[in-house]
Amino acid sequence: MTQITNEGLVAACSCIGAGLALIAGIGPGVGQGIAAGHGASAVGRNPGARGDITSTMLLGQAVAETTGLYGLVVALILLYANPLIGRF
Amino acid sequence: MGNGAGVPAGLLLDSGTEVDFFIHSYYEFKLFGTTVSINTTMVCTVIVCLAVLAMILVLRHEIMKDYDEPNTIQNIAEMLVETLDSMVEGSMGKFAPKYRNYVEMLMIFILFSNISGLFGLRPPTADFATTFGLALVTFVLIEYAWIRYNGISFVKDLFQPFPIFFPVNVISEFATPVSMSLRLFGNVLSGTIMLGLWYTLMPWFAKIGIPTFLHAYFDLFSGAIQTYVFGMLTMTFITDKYPS
Repeated sequence: MTQITNEGLVAACSCIGAGLALIAGIGPGVGQGIAAGHGASAVGRNPGARGDITSTMLLGQAVAETTGLYGLVVALILLYANPLIGRF
Repeated sequence: MGNGAGVPAGLLLDSGTEVDFFIHSYYEFKLFGTTVSINTTMVCTVIVCLAVLAMILVLRHEIMKDYDEPNTIQNIAEMLVETLDSMVEGSMGKFAPKYRNYVEMLMIFILFSNISGLFGLRPPTADFATTFGLALVTFVLIEYAWIRYNGISFVKDLFQPFPIFFPVNVISEFATPVSMSLRLFGNVLSGTIMLGLWYTLMPWFAKIGIPTFLHAYFDLFSGAIQTYVFGMLTMTFITDKYPS
């Protein structure tokens, strides 16, 4: 059995880390779902305010999405612009 | 996978199926000792700016014509401007006339950048340099409004509600441009990567028709939402800094 090189180990651990970083997508998913549910019930109670409710909901959802995007950026850095490769 | 300082092209894919959503350098030259490269983002930014300029020139040419009644193009232009104006009015209230030009210019540029992926360009907003530059301009405007209209009492605001919150307040000020730019960058880049993966890795029959829906979601819907969010956050942060 061949030995695992240092670079191979760093690459493998980076891939695992990129996968783990995307666990951050759970939070925004739950949060956006809660916001959409409350938006739907608000439209049901007050259909006249549909435009305002929709724009407020979209703004809040986009802000809640940010933490998930941080996870995405970390995963992309690990896969495509890894600062650790070449150091060991 | 080199062991040099160069960035590896990608870990997961072998060289035969190279996914192409990276920024390429077309031309490099030395300027004051540093290497400056003309890359994909710059070319696409120039193309987007020329498209916006061409649209504005056509609209202006149509509006300047002397008709008895407004024609279709003038109606479209008025609808566009009135929509943007009412958005700024509704969010900023009495401060709208001062910031109308900046916010509408910002939103038109970001919208055209986001939907330029539809025309085969690499969106300029899928580069962190572009989005961070836009967010820095917004950051300067926020801080200028804070200092200009609160006077020296903006220092007092930094120590609210307790003096021990000073570092937290400073960090939250500087986190504003970073989070705004990362939000736009991450959204547009994720769409670019998804479409790049689809066009590279899928068999030929999956490239007929199906990318239409991907383009509609990632370029049009997501791009429009992110444009709206960036503009709304810019207006909200600036208005927050004025004394009530």
